[in-house]
Amino acid sequence: MFDIPLFPERASTIAGEVDALYFFLVGLSGFFALLIATLIVAFAIRFRRRHADEVGAQVHGGLLLEIGWTVIPFIITMVIFFWGAKVYFAMANPPDETLNIYVVGKQWMWKVQHVTGQREINELHVPVGRPVRLIMTSEDVIHDFSIPAMRIKADVIPGRFVQIWFEPTNAGTYQIFCAEYCGTQHSAMIGRVSVMEPAAYQAWLSGGTAEGSLASRGEKLFADLACNTCHRPDARGRGPWLAGVFGHSVQLQDSSVVTADENYLRESIMQPAAKVTAGFQPVMPAFQGLITEEQLLALIEYVKSLSPAEQPQAQPAGTQR
Amino acid sequence: MATEFPAHHYLNDGYGIKSWLLTRDHKRIALLYLIAVTFFFFVGGAFAVLIRLDLATPPGDLVSDDTYNQLFTMHGVIMVFFFLIPAIPAILGNFLVPLMIGAKDLAFPKLNLLSWYIYIIGGLMGVYVLLTGGLDTGWTMYAPFSTRFSTTRVVPAALAIFVTGFSSILTGLNFIVTIHKMRAPGMGWFNMPLFLWSTYATSLINILGTPVIAITALLVAVERLFRFGFFDPALGGDPVLFQHLFWFYSHPAVYIMILPAMGVISELVAAFCRKPVFGYSFVAFSSLGIAVLGFLVWGHHMFVAGQSVYASLIFSMLSFLVAIPSAIKVFNWTATMYKGSVSWQTPMLYAIGFIGLFTIGGLTGLFLASIGVNVHVTDTYFIIAHFHYIMVGGTIMGYLGGLHYWWPKISGRLYPEGLSKLSAAIIFIGFNLTFFPQFILGYLGMPRRYHAYPPEFQVLNVLSSAGASILGVGYLLPMFYLAWSLRYGKPAGANPWGASGLEWTTTSPPPTENFPVTPTVTESPYHYPSPVVKHVA
Repeated sequence: MFDIPLFPERASTIAGEVDALYFFLVGLSGFFALLIATLIVAFAIRFRRRHADEVGAQVHGGLLLEIGWTVIPFIITMVIFFWGAKVYFAMANPPDETLNIYVVGKQWMWKVQHVTGQREINELHVPVGRPVRLIMTSEDVIHDFSIPAMRIKADVIPGRFVQIWFEPTNAGTYQIFCAEYCGTQHSAMIGRVSVMEPAAYQAWLSGGTAEGSLASRGEKLFADLACNTCHRPDARGRGPWLAGVFGHSVQLQDSSVVTADENYLRESIMQPAAKVTAGFQPVMPAFQGLITEEQLLALIEYVKSLSPAEQPQAQPAGTQR
Repeated sequence: MATEFPAHHYLNDGYGIKSWLLTRDHKRIALLYLIAVTFFFFVGGAFAVLIRLDLATPPGDLVSDDTYNQLFTMHGVIMVFFFLIPAIPAILGNFLVPLMIGAKDLAFPKLNLLSWYIYIIGGLMGVYVLLTGGLDTGWTMYAPFSTRFSTTRVVPAALAIFVTGFSSILTGLNFIVTIHKMRAPGMGWFNMPLFLWSTYATSLINILGTPVIAITALLVAVERLFRFGFFDPALGGDPVLFQHLFWFYSHPAVYIMILPAMGVISELVAAFCRKPVFGYSFVAFSSLGIAVLGFLVWGHHMFVAGQSVYASLIFSMLSFLVAIPSAIKVFNWTATMYKGSVSWQTPMLYAIGFIGLFTIGGLTGLFLASIGVNVHVTDTYFIIAHFHYIMVGGTIMGYLGGLHYWWPKISGRLYPEGLSKLSAAIIFIGFNLTFFPQFILGYLGMPRRYHAYPPEFQVLNVLSSAGASILGVGYLLPMFYLAWSLRYGKPAGANPWGASGLEWTTTSPPPTENFPVTPTVTESPYHYPSPVVKHVA
């Protein structure tokens, strides 16, 4: 009860950088707040009205002072801007090699889907010392996945993927909050991150009840939904063969080029007519409303798993390096 | 020398309900606003008290989840749309704009009365929402929660916001035309009191920004009623588009709320130091600078909302720029006190409180403009603390300071000085106790709009709740002693403060036509020749 925390735990590589800027800002704010307060109190006492008819000195201004207190705050704020932008760039750009985990928010729980097949609710197990990338979407309203100890958060928006990344530095459990108001039980949409030592994490991975990897579930779904009747490795498919598509650029009918990331794959499954690959007809049905977010994740993970080695002789149509 | 009450003034120029409800006198309309706005302030305040009571303990045990969500929603909607936005412009602005420029009334007196009726209709719609199921979307009404998932009275609430907006637009229009066309002979733009500059800047934002929130509220209603897909991704809409439209108005709206208070502070500091405001033109143009730059920073509400990295960077930089005009004002007010004749009367105490609290509110804005820190503290209690330092520590301090300063002009009577100083001190202490712990809570990560919270946050929440109860007492006191002074206060005389400004040259309360003859202005607005000839009551 009397153990009052005044500062949050620090459990990611970025947390120290955020805190450094925060302490700088606290110091700067403290200095200016004290400066103003001291001047006001000093002037109020030193120049207090001594008799009822007294008036102040007829001072109208001073150009040098005005320039000074315009330019100095400008310089200080630009320093903060660049510093904050630098920290933000580090947050916004994950390293190339990350442990990818999918998160689906819904009123009022967090569903976590590991690539290796494990599923969790309001729990997230990750190893120490490895960058983790969370690829997140929502089934209903806007939520926000926030881990204060890692100093990161992002709104989780229906109809698209957003991503955040962090690299845990300390084993332990840390709070997950939903930070965007989402209805009745908003404040109950909380969970825990369990950061584990690598060995313990391996044990957790093998001890779970995973029913095959996410990609293998996607492969089965790919067949069940008859995706494979059109998306096939021979040249007779009515849709492009998908091996090696992920992460590469795709030429579209209107000759624009997009990079096939998770959001592109999502759109191409849910609303295929939005971006049609060059050389193909818009014949694919839209799966919006027909498959769940989890099924979508499985399909995407399956497409990602199709390595270019499996592709036939030629480059897949419309795909280029 | 006993000051006597004038025989004829706007308050006794006609009695009975019709003489008030059909009045075209800007001063009476200001009082109509005062009554209505005060009503909404205490309704919104009562909701805040219930919120803080519930948050005294970690589990959500006082009210249900849904009730709690309605409490913070209605607290926000009422305080923003029915108190903060109209408070200073519609009450003090209405009363003072003609008096300060030496005019008989606003340019369009009937339009002015219409503004009040529109405000009342919007307000009654708000009360209807309250009585028939409330609203639980947060005042921000984010889609698709508001357009599909909420089961509360979203459509009537959106329409209430739509209607109320017209009141702000018409009042803004009225002020702009009045300031352009009706200044007394000799009053050039740079002879205007700074309150008018900030009122002018506010009016510009009102007429440019308010139509956007009106349309946005309408789009929410249309999507909800007819399933048109503007914002809901399931209907092909974009939920982030809603946020762009919402904040395109609602960030400038922050300046609608704070700029008038800044204008009041300029008047108070000059009057209670008996000295011209230091750097008049810098203070004047900083108001316009805030109004213009304020339209270019809305994206800083959306750093974690799926906005592109580069958009965020630009919005971050512009947000730092908008801090500069505010800093200029703070430095100039402080410099005005130098070699002043500083009185410690109640309005000056509010002005000093404003400068201190607004400084903290502004400096914590730098934390939020800085994206790297924003990601961690946005959507937490840090945000709550920051904008309450601006809105409550800034706007309400300015409003109460202004109300006390011009109360003798409005009512013709003096309020009890000791009691008013005491309540200013209570408000200052209560305010800091309520909101300072919330900065710490926010950096710890406690999200806003949480009905229940982890137990380690309790001590800071208890401090905040204790502060809120002190703050509540501080706000109730002025209501009682100001009402008391209407009957029992000593007559104030024309100029109880020995202040400059045209409004102090006419009787208190002023006659209906404000000035017996149209004044001619020959001096700067803050002309304090030595020695002052007026007597201080």
